[in-house]
Order: sequence, then structure tokens, then C-alpha cells
Amino acid sequence: MGLRVVEREWGLLMRAAIDGDAMAYRRLLVSLTPVLRTVTRRNCARIGLDGGEAEDIVQEVLLAIHLKRHTWDVDRPFGPWIMTIARNKLIDARRRRGNRLTLPIDDLADILTAEGSDDTADRGDLDRMLGGLGERQRDLVRSLSVEGRSVRETAERLKMSEGAVRVALHRAIKALAALYRGDGDEN
Amino acid sequence: MRTEDLINALVVDLTVSKAPFRRMLVGGIALGSIIAIAEFLFWIGVRPDFGHAMETIRFPFKFVVTLSLAATAARLLSRLATPGVSSGFWAWAWLAAPLLLMVAATAELIVTPATAWWPRLVGTNARFCLMLIPFLSLGPLACIFAALRQGAPTRPGLAGAVAGLVASGVAATLYASHCTDDSPLFMATWYSLAIGMVALIGYVIGSRVLRW
Repeated sequence: MGLRVVEREWGLLMRAAIDGDAMAYRRLLVSLTPVLRTVTRRNCARIGLDGGEAEDIVQEVLLAIHLKRHTWDVDRPFGPWIMTIARNKLIDARRRRGNRLTLPIDDLADILTAEGSDDTADRGDLDRMLGGLGERQRDLVRSLSVEGRSVRETAERLKMSEGAVRVALHRAIKALAALYRGDGDEN
Repeated sequence: MRTEDLINALVVDLTVSKAPFRRMLVGGIALGSIIAIAEFLFWIGVRPDFGHAMETIRFPFKFVVTLSLAATAARLLSRLATPGVSSGFWAWAWLAAPLLLMVAATAELIVTPATAWWPRLVGTNARFCLMLIPFLSLGPLACIFAALRQGAPTRPGLAGAVAGLVASGVAATLYASHCTDDSPLFMATWYSLAIGMVALIGYVIGSRVLRW
């Protein structure tokens, strides 16, 4: 698929997502995931991480995309933005293992011409990271993500208001990002 | 929990919308400047002969230097905190202000007798310069850091240092309106020192606080 076409599609989806279109956002994240997997796996070998950790990093990149989505300028191309984020997270992962490294930014074109990976076998370290959250937070995140319940159902189950559920989810997501980063208590 | 489940959570969280980062940065700089202005007017105040001084060349020149430093550093900061955007021209533009100051200081050395150099350099207000510029920088620095934490700087320390340049540029502008030492030689020595200190503080804080 042409680089420009994919980049433009992602840009359109991101623009819609920033305007609040949840379906577009889901399509964007689902479309990005296999590409991120390819980038990460390709670089894991290069920087000495094993494949199991690749899925961790994919999840970390998705978190970063989510939490920093408003840093993307709609007038700029989407490719460099996402590749820089992915590269930063790879460097962070490498640095956490005690080595400094310079990584070139992969050209988006190279990534797209390679096979995307839909392998969902890796569970990633998200379970361990979830363990770092409080029990209530974990329940809430599980309910909304793994069990796929709506905000309303979750609110009823946990006896909270819908607004409180959303606030709690947002805090939990930020806490997850901090846990991946290696900061202990950012809550 | 699989990646697909994480995506579910992120999609639900989409409703928490935020302003574009650039707007937040501008807001942070503006708010910080207001705080610094308030502190300045309350505790320090402009020099009494402000009107007179504006008729000279050296006095307004101080503002040219400090404001252009703040403005160019702010443009650079915006790029540093945005992933995928190269700093380009702005990586160097902020050097214009110190260079301009160097040229002015050199000119002063040339046109004044050597006996006058040291007194001009030392001036009378060096102590205040070194205290007040960092002091006035604190409000802007805090506000800018708050905005930067919403950004994604690839190099947190560097971003912190440039934030220090913006904050101290604002502070130096205010201080310059109070200080009666208009000698470029004085400015090149003491303002640079004060601004350098704030940039260093910004670097240290940024390294810790701006990771994402």
C-alpha cells in the first residue's frame, strides 16, 4: 500500500478521533498496532531485547499515542509523529536496561512494505502492570477493557457515577504509562 | 490483558479531550509572564526615569535583546516538545540575541577608554541582577513546565533548558526596565550569568520532570 495513502488515512482518522469520533479512533489504533509490532520487533533484535518484551513496548507506544495525541499538529504528516514516539519508547526501553543508544528513525515506507503482524499471542506485561494499580482501579480497567462493558454498566457495577468512572479510567491510564516508564507512584 | 483490551480502554478514554499542545504552551508562557509582571510591579517597579531612558539608544536596546531571546527560545521550545518536528531554523535563531549583545559590548569596549571598562562591567547592580532575574523567572518557569508536561519532548533536559531561556528572557525584560545599568558590557556579563543559571536549573528540573 502506498505510504502517502496510509499516512493520509491515518491522519484523517486521527483528526476525526481528536474531534471525538470513537469509532475512527478504534480503527486507527487497530490499524497502527501491527505496524508498531513490526517496528518494535525489528528493533528489539537490534537493541538486544527479546521478542516477549516487544509487545510491552507496543502497548507503551499506544499509551503514549493516546496520552500525547494533542501534540500532533493536524497540518503536519502523521508518519514522523508516530515514528518519533515509537523510537522514543524503544530508546527508553533500551535505557532502562542500562545502555545508551542512538536509533535511526525507521522510514515509514520500509515498515509498510514489510508484512504487518497480527500475532496476538503475546499477552504483554500489561497484567503485571495492572497489578501495580489499586484494586478498584484494576477492576474498573478490566471491566471496560477485557470484559468490554460500557461505561454505564461499569458505573452500575461499581456503584459510581459515569463521570467518576471516566475520571478514574483516565487516571488509571496515566498511572499505567508511569508504571511502564518505571516511575513507581504517579497517582 | 491483551493489546486489544488496552485499545478498548483507550477508546473509552477518548472523551477526555484536551486543547492542542501549542495552545497550552502559549497559555503557560502568558500566565507565567502575568505572574512575573505582577511580582515585578508589586515588589520592584520600573525605574523612575523610564520615560527619559527610553529616549536613549542603550535602554530600549536591552529590551530588543531580552525579548528576542524569549521569543526565539519559545519557538524552539514548541518544536522540541512536538514529536516528529525538526527544530530547523529555530535551533539557531535564539543565538541572535546573545550575538547582538556581544556586538554591542564589543562596540562599547571600542568607544570607551580602557580605564572605564572594568567599572562599566562591574556596574552597581550586579547583585540585584543575579538575584532578581532568577527570582522573576520562577513563576514563568513553573507555568511553562506545567504546559510542557502535556507535551512530548524527545530530550527532556534540553527542553527544560530552553524553557529556562524563555522564562529568564521574560524576567530579564522586566528587570531591565528597573535596572539603571544600561551598559551592554554589564548586560553581557551579568544578564548572561543569570540567564545561564536559570537555563541550567531548567535543564536539571526538565531531566526529571519532563519524561513521558
